[in-house]
Amino acid sequence: MKLRRVGAMARKEWLHIVRDPRSLGMALMVPLLMLILFGYALSLDVDQIPTLIVDQDATPTSRALCAKFEGSRYFAIRGVDPSTTRVDGLIDRGDIILAVVIPTGFERDINRRAQPGVQLLLDASDSNTASIAINYAEALVGQWAMGGFAPLTEARVRVWCNEDLKSRNYIIPGLIAVILVIIAALLTSLTIAREWENGSMEQLLSTPLRPAEIVLGKLAAYFAFGAIDVVTSVLVSVLVFDVPLRGNLIFLAFTSGLFLFGALSWGVFLSAVARTQLLAYQMGMLTSFLPAFLLSGFIYSIDGMPRPIQIVTHAFPARYFIAILKALYLKGEGLHLLWVEVLFLAAYSAVIFVAATRKVGTKVA
Amino acid sequence: MNWDRIATILRKELRQVFREPRMRAMVIIPPVMQLIIFGLAVNLDVENARIAWMDQDRSPASRELEAALGNSRYFQIVARPSTDSEAQQLLDSGRVLGIVRVGVGFSEDLARGRTAPVQILMDGTNSNDTNIVSAYLTRIVGGLGRTGQGKLRTESRAWFNAELKSRNYFIPGVVMNIITLITLMLTAMAIVREKELGTMEQLMVTPIRPIELMLGKTIPFAIIGLLDMALAVTTALIVFHVPFRGTVAMLFGASCVFLLSTLGAGLFLSTVSRTQQQALMSSFFFFTPAFMLSGFTFPIRNMPEVVQWVTYVNPLRYFIEVLRGVFLKGVGVEVLWPQLLAMGTIGLVVLLLSVNRFQKRLD
Repeated sequence: MKLRRVGAMARKEWLHIVRDPRSLGMALMVPLLMLILFGYALSLDVDQIPTLIVDQDATPTSRALCAKFEGSRYFAIRGVDPSTTRVDGLIDRGDIILAVVIPTGFERDINRRAQPGVQLLLDASDSNTASIAINYAEALVGQWAMGGFAPLTEARVRVWCNEDLKSRNYIIPGLIAVILVIIAALLTSLTIAREWENGSMEQLLSTPLRPAEIVLGKLAAYFAFGAIDVVTSVLVSVLVFDVPLRGNLIFLAFTSGLFLFGALSWGVFLSAVARTQLLAYQMGMLTSFLPAFLLSGFIYSIDGMPRPIQIVTHAFPARYFIAILKALYLKGEGLHLLWVEVLFLAAYSAVIFVAATRKVGTKVA
Repeated sequence: MNWDRIATILRKELRQVFREPRMRAMVIIPPVMQLIIFGLAVNLDVENARIAWMDQDRSPASRELEAALGNSRYFQIVARPSTDSEAQQLLDSGRVLGIVRVGVGFSEDLARGRTAPVQILMDGTNSNDTNIVSAYLTRIVGGLGRTGQGKLRTESRAWFNAELKSRNYFIPGVVMNIITLITLMLTAMAIVREKELGTMEQLMVTPIRPIELMLGKTIPFAIIGLLDMALAVTTALIVFHVPFRGTVAMLFGASCVFLLSTLGAGLFLSTVSRTQQQALMSSFFFFTPAFMLSGFTFPIRNMPEVVQWVTYVNPLRYFIEVLRGVFLKGVGVEVLWPQLLAMGTIGLVVLLLSVNRFQKRLD
């Protein structure tokens, strides 16, 4: 292996990227776009649940309960109706998610110390919002009913690591892995396929370049882009979105490099297998982007998946890298708790690199 | 306009897609795989959350609480640490999501009628799970030992998705994802590939007219898109038992209206791209924000006002509402006409713009 040849290959690849301003722009814009989307626009936090209150009782007591709902930041009251006639239509159209029905005789029942019932009607198609809405509504009604009395048992909840329970803090660290996978799947998976489609692979073949040198050269150019994207993402996450970064920066750089190397090698491998760009892209999306997005614990927690799928998630490096990123950002942990993940990333990258070299080699020969 | 010429192009396109075994597989396997992966993985429900139980009181009252937690389907008690450092270690390593700790004097407080605190320590890394779990914990702890007096019953009735399964909510969105990706990409690529390979010039010297070429280049992908959708819907019904309460006619009609936008966008991308790589990246760049801002996972209601305004021109936003309406609520045109109207308008505008651009390019 000659470094000079790798260098020449990397330079060629670099020129390819830089000469196509759109690809260049996208390689640099994708991270920003994703960060802005996830940091600014997208949130899983449930508050301001659109609610209709149906007050069939219309007494001072029922109005007091209405006021309690209106004062809560979890509910956005879309109106107070005397009857349930509008509920069906509003829920069908998706204008409200929750209807709180206070029945006639509510005040009378309370004064008699009977147990009046408050009915909650929900559009449960979004089950996540619905179950949170039920919990909030029940807690609110329960607390209101206790009035001045102190509760018998009281839960005192303290949250660590992400004290404000912002979904942004949970999602953005993992986003770095997703961004790197996109760069790898989008750019790398196309490069060798393109050479193959255009027939320039034969030209590379006639040079003294060896497969490992071709792969390394290609990787080097895209690695540089990936590195720029990591730095951008970390800076934006900390400076713009105030995500706490509690861990060691060198450890972060090291694991990112390891992951990036594996993801890029996988892209090269795929494009050597697929031969056409459309196919390489599709396969890249299916085998790296989707798993990184869905099977990695990025948004959807792995614990909630059926067992066979949980086992499958172990095969994808994004799972390990995202675990590392979340622990690094929110918990500030280092190598002593994360060495298993790091070891796996290293092994994965090495294996895929060798496989990619082999595959390119057989194509060239 | 000559239908024979359109039919010829149409046949050529279909043949090109289905000729190569790998392309053939690409039209069938990814939609089914995507649906299955999404269906199994995409889940925001919390069940069997792992918690640790730390009982320093060891009284009948604390054991009652332990039983109440253990019997709930939301929790499983996986550890019983005895020291604080042990508990800390459990939380740090991520083995448990939370620790419920009952201190010495819990039963005494209860017996004397004082408020007995139960300490709950949560790992907030996954804010969504933490929110749900702490709400459940609070409810169970708060309900303990309370007598009937002063208690208010709440009765909740969940419509459309009585089991509260997030899968039922997500799968219609996956169907949309599949149909959008396949039609957008195939359309964009089909034209750019001809440009890249130089066969566009050959098409130009034939008597075919731009509008005929365009129709011939979009109709086959609309057909493939609809077939993929049928495949995805069938998989959803058989594998995941997602309820389908609406009519097939509504589903089909709404999909055709929706396809105007994706085919139009695909054409548009093909006019602004020179190479396949550019076309692929542009379609990714176009698709990702459209998908994220459709309300698929992240409720539109949570977005900042400005972004919410932007979503009004996003056809995916309307289509997902239509699909959820058809799958879960069983509503038809009488409720969903505003969405259909919006989708149709956006689709026509996009399509006309692209056709216009496309014709200029060809002349």
